[in-house]
Parts: sequence; structure tokens; C-alpha cells
Amino acid sequence: MNLERRDFLKVLSVGALTAGNVTSVFADIRKTLSPGAVGILYDGTICIGCKACEAACKQYNDMPPESGSLEKAHGVTDIWDVSNDLSENTLNKIKLYQDGDASERNREENGFAFVKRACMHCVDPDCVSACPVTALTKNEVTGIVEYNKDACIGCRYCMVACPYNVPKFEYSEALPLIQKCEMCAHRQAEGDIPACCEFCPTGASLFGSVTDLLEEARKRVKLVAGSTYDYPMRSMDSGDLTPKTVAPYINYIYGEKEGGGTQYLLLSAVPFAKLGLPELSETSGASKSESIQHGIYKGMIAPVALLGGLLYGAYQTTKNENTEG
Amino acid sequence: MHNREALGGKLLTKPFWILLGLAGIAGLLIIKRFLFGIGAVTNLSDGYPWGIWIVYDVLVGTALGCGGYSIALLVYIFNKGEYHPLIRAALMTSAFGYTLAGVSIFIDIGRYWQMYNIFLPWFMNFNSIMFEVAACIATYVLILWIEFSPTFMEKLKAHNALGKMNKIIFVFIAIGILLPTMHQSSLGSLMIIAGEKVSPIWQTGWLPLLFLITAIAMGYAIVVFESLFSAVALRRPLDETPLLGKLSGAMIPLLIVFMLIRFGDLAWRGQLGNIFNDGLLGFFFIMENILFLIPIVILASAENRMKASKLFWASGAMLLGGALYRFDTFLVAFDPGLGYHYFPSASEIMITVGIISIEIMAYLIFVKKLPVLTAVKPS
Repeated sequence: MNLERRDFLKVLSVGALTAGNVTSVFADIRKTLSPGAVGILYDGTICIGCKACEAACKQYNDMPPESGSLEKAHGVTDIWDVSNDLSENTLNKIKLYQDGDASERNREENGFAFVKRACMHCVDPDCVSACPVTALTKNEVTGIVEYNKDACIGCRYCMVACPYNVPKFEYSEALPLIQKCEMCAHRQAEGDIPACCEFCPTGASLFGSVTDLLEEARKRVKLVAGSTYDYPMRSMDSGDLTPKTVAPYINYIYGEKEGGGTQYLLLSAVPFAKLGLPELSETSGASKSESIQHGIYKGMIAPVALLGGLLYGAYQTTKNENTEG
Repeated sequence: MHNREALGGKLLTKPFWILLGLAGIAGLLIIKRFLFGIGAVTNLSDGYPWGIWIVYDVLVGTALGCGGYSIALLVYIFNKGEYHPLIRAALMTSAFGYTLAGVSIFIDIGRYWQMYNIFLPWFMNFNSIMFEVAACIATYVLILWIEFSPTFMEKLKAHNALGKMNKIIFVFIAIGILLPTMHQSSLGSLMIIAGEKVSPIWQTGWLPLLFLITAIAMGYAIVVFESLFSAVALRRPLDETPLLGKLSGAMIPLLIVFMLIRFGDLAWRGQLGNIFNDGLLGFFFIMENILFLIPIVILASAENRMKASKLFWASGAMLLGGALYRFDTFLVAFDPGLGYHYFPSASEIMITVGIISIEIMAYLIFVKKLPVLTAVKPS
């Protein structure tokens, strides 16, 4: 047998695979906000933890309240919502941070603070990249990450991929769905704003274009603690302002850069890591994953070349065989 | 030329009945899963959406199913015809491993009745590693059964079909090497997108190559392990030991390359120190590497490669190491945060055990009824 052919094949197959890997080192920020991108600015410093946003979210997305084990034991359900975190029935969630005697709001030590969790509507969403059947898509105009149940096969790769653990799966259903916040796309289609922002009594959940929200956030983190600031209510363009005393902001906008940026932005007086938000690099997992995959499979050249070599090799080896399988 | 024979003999032995019982229990639990949802039988959560069904049945299961691929690489591409006697049994195990991985996926995915969406062009997402893996594995299952089909044709004495098949089989052999190269590497790529959720000791852009190398090495190991194990269990002579010894030598360069990449990458990223900082993860990392070192050390000696017992331990350690590497990457090193934990439930484990039982039963039926194993030299 011809030695050169073997060497050629070895080089080809090893080369095809390693070429893709080398490019992986150079993953970078590759997607930018669409001009019409909408988002939510959640300012934890003015949130009072009333959970009106949660109730409104459930009402407008037809989600049932969750019962606690004590209620279940007594056969009482659907009276209080006692969900602990985001779940298949809870698409947004106010959570409490507390430390020591929790005597003062918006303080890291011996204080307490609120944080709201929901889908971050990433600029370059890992879930959209991960989904094998395009069940999760990023709306080209609004940038909302939307779910199509008719495409979904329930493989749960979106859940593995999401750095925020946002997509939830209905484990107790025979015919389950993935559930996540879609920023009330159905309400926005009728000219309304997301329910959580509409019903927030303090302006802590604020709807608007991401560009405006970022500008507003940049302004807020520079405010002097103790001064008074007119906080917009519900949406950036509502014209409804409430004066409030400014809390000592952490000079950081969570979501501006995380994983390539998100359309849901958070402000806080307590470090974000303490609020359970992950520390992420500025590039999305999707950009790393896709640069490797597309590096290996660019134009399908490497696989096709490899197949050509394999066909030749297999043909040469089998042509003289008779009855071997 | 070498002849193959069906072993014949009694099928319904005592071990077979036990396997049947285990498969039956799994069957009932699978019914429960379809009636009441995945949560009714598993400990999966929103933090750990994948458990042992994916990590054992699919990741480890298909790597154990790489025997056919690894031997085909040697026989057809590197032209080592001497390994040809091993290929049929290897292909059969591959066909079982991959088919049952497909069955496991069907049980594991939530919206299984829409599984065919993977093949509808308007739903395909070419950015998705999962799309590549799913489409590739599904096609490969088909290819494996085609590659194995001459065995059925021989049994049915369909000489005409067999002749035609042997003329075109090179196409399926070539595709049958291409597809595992693609999806065994992509199975590793699956975790890249999980980013910071996977410990930096395991999270790297080299995952695809590391998974591919270990899959090929596990392919050789399973052929060696299975040949020795079945020879003892089915009371056949250990005639193949010299050949298996030579074959197992192929694991050494693969493992050395694997370790060079692994440690080189860790050093390059400045993560070597983390192995010792991170108690439990460090322990698992060291365990993995000990398991990979065992075959290197044992098989480096030509004398050991002639001893069935040494080959058994070397290939066994290789299989455990490769399996542990997969468990670590997908479960042990995977931490979604927020206090999530995962350990499989009894039902979840029993379903996996049932699937393994079905695999072993199928193996027994096939080797007893079909010409798979090399005929014992006429005395």
C-alpha cells in the first residue's frame, strides 16, 4: 500500500480538526444591539419588594401561583404564591438579600436589598445559539428572545447554555414546555409595556429602548448618594416622574457588558455577586462555541475533504475483498 | 481470510433472566416517565437539566460504541488488515451502543413527539452544536446497521445481495468514519457554550479534540475489554490475545497526545494551580489522570501486551478514565450556582441499568445466533 496516501490522510484529518481549534482562541464580541431593541432597567435601590411585578406577570402570562409544602399538606392551594425562585410558573422574581441584623436598606453589611430576576434578553443569547431546532429566536426588531413551542423538542440544551439559568422546564408535565420571560411580547404587540413595568409602583422596573435605558443607568450611577433625583415611572417616555432620595449606587451597570451585553439591565447598592448574579466574560458562550464549530465546519470544506480521502482509502482497501463485511 | 461462526447454545440462561428482569423494571419506569413527566422518575432540575441519561447513556454509551469506528480507522484508512477479524463484533457493539443512545435521547427529551423537527430544514439551526450532534448520531445509527447488514445477509444466505453490498460498502465505511469524527468531537463542544458554569479545569476550546481522542482510545479499549470479557464469560479460547495486545498499543500515543494537550492547555491558561486549590474537583481531575496513566504504564511493556490479564486492566482503566472524563465535564465540573445539586434518583439509575441490560441481552442473542465472532480454529 502506498505510504504517501496514508500520510496525506493523517495530515488531513488531524489538520482539519486542529485548524478549528486554533480559531477558538479568537472568539470575540460579534453581535450588537438592534436599533429598535427594547429592554427593562431594574433599579434595586428603589425597589420596595412589594412583588406587584410578580403578581402582574402571573396575571398577564396565565401563570398559576405556587403553593408551599405546608399549604399542600393542608390541601390549600392557589391562595398565596410562595415561589422561591424563577420556575416554570414564575417568570420574574423579586429576591431579598440580607446580611447581619438587616437594619438598613441598600447596605451590604447589616443591611438588605432587593434584586429582580427574569430573562436577560441577551444581545447574543446562548440559548438561541444552542437550540437545535430554532425554537428560541431573537426578534430582529425588538431583540426579545422568543420561544416557539411547535419547534421545541425539549432537549434542554438552552438550560445548559444559559449563564443565568433562565429557561425552565415543566418536569411534572407529560407534555412539557420550556418557560421563560418574553418581555410580554403579546402586550407589546398591542402597544402596551411589559406587565412588571406597568404595575411597578416605584419605577424600579422601567421599560424603554435599551439605548435610553443605558443612558439613564449611566446617569444614575454617577448621582450623589443622599441627593434627590426624579425617577421615571413605568417607561422612559411616560413623563411620570417621582422624586426619591438617591442610594449609594455601585458604579456598575450589570448587563451592559455581561456575555456580550443584555437588554435587561440592573442597578444596585450591593455588589451584584452578593445578589446571585454570575460574573461573566464580555463575550458570550455562543460566540466561543460558534467560532469553534464554524472554524471546523467552515463551508463544510474540512468534512468534505476528509470524506473524499476516506472514500478513496476505503475503496482502495475493500476493492480486493470478497465476502468480508 | 477468516471464518466467523454463530456460537449457538442455550439462550435463556440464568443471567439472561436476570437481565430480562432488570429490563422489565426499566420498562415500567419508562411508562411512568411518559405518563407523569420526567420529574416523576428523575432528580433533574432547572439547574441540572441533564443527568445520567445524557452523560452515561449518550456520552459514555456512544464512546463505548466507538469500537467500530476505531477499528475501521485502522483497517480501512491505515490499512492494517490484520485487525479485520475484530471488526464485526466491534461494529455490532457500536450499533447497539448508538441505537440505545438514540432510545435514551427519546426518553430524555421532553417534547419527543416533535423529535423529527431536527430534520425539517426550516427548523435546523446550523449554529447549534446540538443540531450537529443529533443529526450526525441519527444518521450514524443508520450507517452502522448498514455496515453490519452483511452479517444478516450471510445468515439468510442472500449471496446476491451480499455481493452487491460488498461493492458499495466502502461508501458506508467512509461515511461511518466521518460521522463519529464529527459528532464525538462535537459532543465535547456541547459544553463550551455553558461557559463559566463549567470549572476552568475542564472548560476549554480544546474540548472537541480531547473528546475525540478519548473516544477513539475508548474504541480500542472496548474492543480489547469486550473480547477478553466475552472469551472468559462464553468459555472461548483466548486466541486473540496477541492481536488485542498489538491493538491496545494504539492507546499509548493517543493518551500521550491527550495528556500533552490537556496539561499544556491548563498551563497556558494558568489553571494548573487550580487543580490543588479546588478540593473535590482536584480529586476528580487526579483520578481521571491516574486512570489514563494506568494503560500507558501497563501497555508500554511489550511483555504486558501479551498477557490477557494486563490487557484487561489496561483497557478497563482506559474505559473508566474516558467515562469519568465525560462525567466530570458534564456533571462534576458543571455548577449552575444558586445552590443546585444533582445526584441521580433510583428510578433514573434503574432505567439506565435496564438499557445496559438490553444491550447485553442483544449481544448474547447476536453472538449466539449470527456469524459475528471469529470461528475457533478447527481442531
